[in-house]
Amino acid sequence: MKELAALLMRDIKLAVRAGGGALIGALFFLIVATLLPFAIGPDLALLARIGPAMLWIGALLASLLALDRLFATDYEDGSLDLIMMGRAPLEFAILAKALAHWLTTALPLVVVAPLLGLLLNMEFQSMTFVALTLLAGTPALTCIGLIGAALAVTLRRGGLLLAVLVLPLTIPVLIFGVAASNAAIAGPVPFGPPFTILCALSLASIVIGPFAAAAALRHGLE
Amino acid sequence: MALIDLANPSRFLALAGRALPWLAFATALAFGVGLVMAFNAPDDYQQGATVKIMFLHVPAAWLGMFGWTLMSLSAFGTLVWRHPLADVAAKAAVPIGAAFTLLCLVTGSLWGRPMWGTSWVWDARLTSVLVLFLMYLGVMALYRTAEDPARGARAAAILTLVGAINLPIIKFSVDWWNTLHQPASVIRLGAPAIHPAILTPLLVMALAFLLLFLTLHLAAMRNEILRRRVRTLRLIQADESHA
Repeated sequence: MKELAALLMRDIKLAVRAGGGALIGALFFLIVATLLPFAIGPDLALLARIGPAMLWIGALLASLLALDRLFATDYEDGSLDLIMMGRAPLEFAILAKALAHWLTTALPLVVVAPLLGLLLNMEFQSMTFVALTLLAGTPALTCIGLIGAALAVTLRRGGLLLAVLVLPLTIPVLIFGVAASNAAIAGPVPFGPPFTILCALSLASIVIGPFAAAAALRHGLE
Repeated sequence: MALIDLANPSRFLALAGRALPWLAFATALAFGVGLVMAFNAPDDYQQGATVKIMFLHVPAAWLGMFGWTLMSLSAFGTLVWRHPLADVAAKAAVPIGAAFTLLCLVTGSLWGRPMWGTSWVWDARLTSVLVLFLMYLGVMALYRTAEDPARGARAAAILTLVGAINLPIIKFSVDWWNTLHQPASVIRLGAPAIHPAILTPLLVMALAFLLLFLTLHLAAMRNEILRRRVRTLRLIQADESHA
């Protein structure tokens, strides 16, 4: 347990201090939301209607940004070998790394999402719902991304491959995330069912992701 | 012959060489019978002759999913038993499964144009088949990225098993969203909703497609083994020329 906490703190410190990788995702998210009106025109009604979907797409892409460094930096400096040889089960070590990654990259997105909603002419209530769905859905994105990151590091040249492998698997999360946001904002479907399915996807991914990533690392780096 | 005996590639090659002509013959026969039956099947009272596209579309969809199932079983063989042929089987199945999935998408699009008035709708089942196709392409990309075939095979096996979670989503997405695409009508509780006059040719065509898949797969496995032998010989040759 102590090892896992140490690993968590180490990853958070690395993300926050070294190179400031933590906030780049949020900055990227901001830029995507800024580019959007240039692409589709400054029609406020239209922006408000597609706002939730665009915030979700932005969050999805932003969460991909830092993923390829998740295991790659540890692999390069050798600490991944130490983590794999450590006493803590690899699955839990990976879960700790995932938690650190989520806290430093996904959580800032959830925090800035309401601000971006402001730019997209969304109601205050809508913005909180989008932030809520992002809060519930981003763990799934992180944990699915784990698998891609682990596979990519075993193949060495996996940088671009990562996005190709991970994005199709995130489609259900995107579907239910946007469905829940739209249900909360426009109706007529109730908010509950898509939101609970989104939570279920996150919980399932939290279980499957670390196991698959650990299997990928064990089989790939032996 | 036990599965473990096939671990010897030479023995597998001999067996494949003997089985392939018979499989190819059975495939041609099944296609001959199936196509004639499909041609003579009555037109649908609403869809007219376009219903005949279903004789290609439905088996292609089944085989597209069958391909991933085969890959998942092979993935177990690779990861759990380390069977040397399992990863050959998985790798050989990828492009074939992708081709059948693409065939399913194209025929569906051709059918949708006159029937739904559009080539593509973002319906749940169509979308999940498209996702299946994209995932096939992802696995192909992964195989191409890997420098070492054994390492690539294990990575692909894990990706395949993770992707296998998507297969039930494809099957049940119709019931979840239940939009434009008609719900499953062959495999369901009670009797099939299709008249036997159309169901029989459909099943014969499905058998023909299955035989075609198995023939292509066996041939592709043989090619893959030979390709690996060539690679090994080249590596040995390169070693010798350096030494």
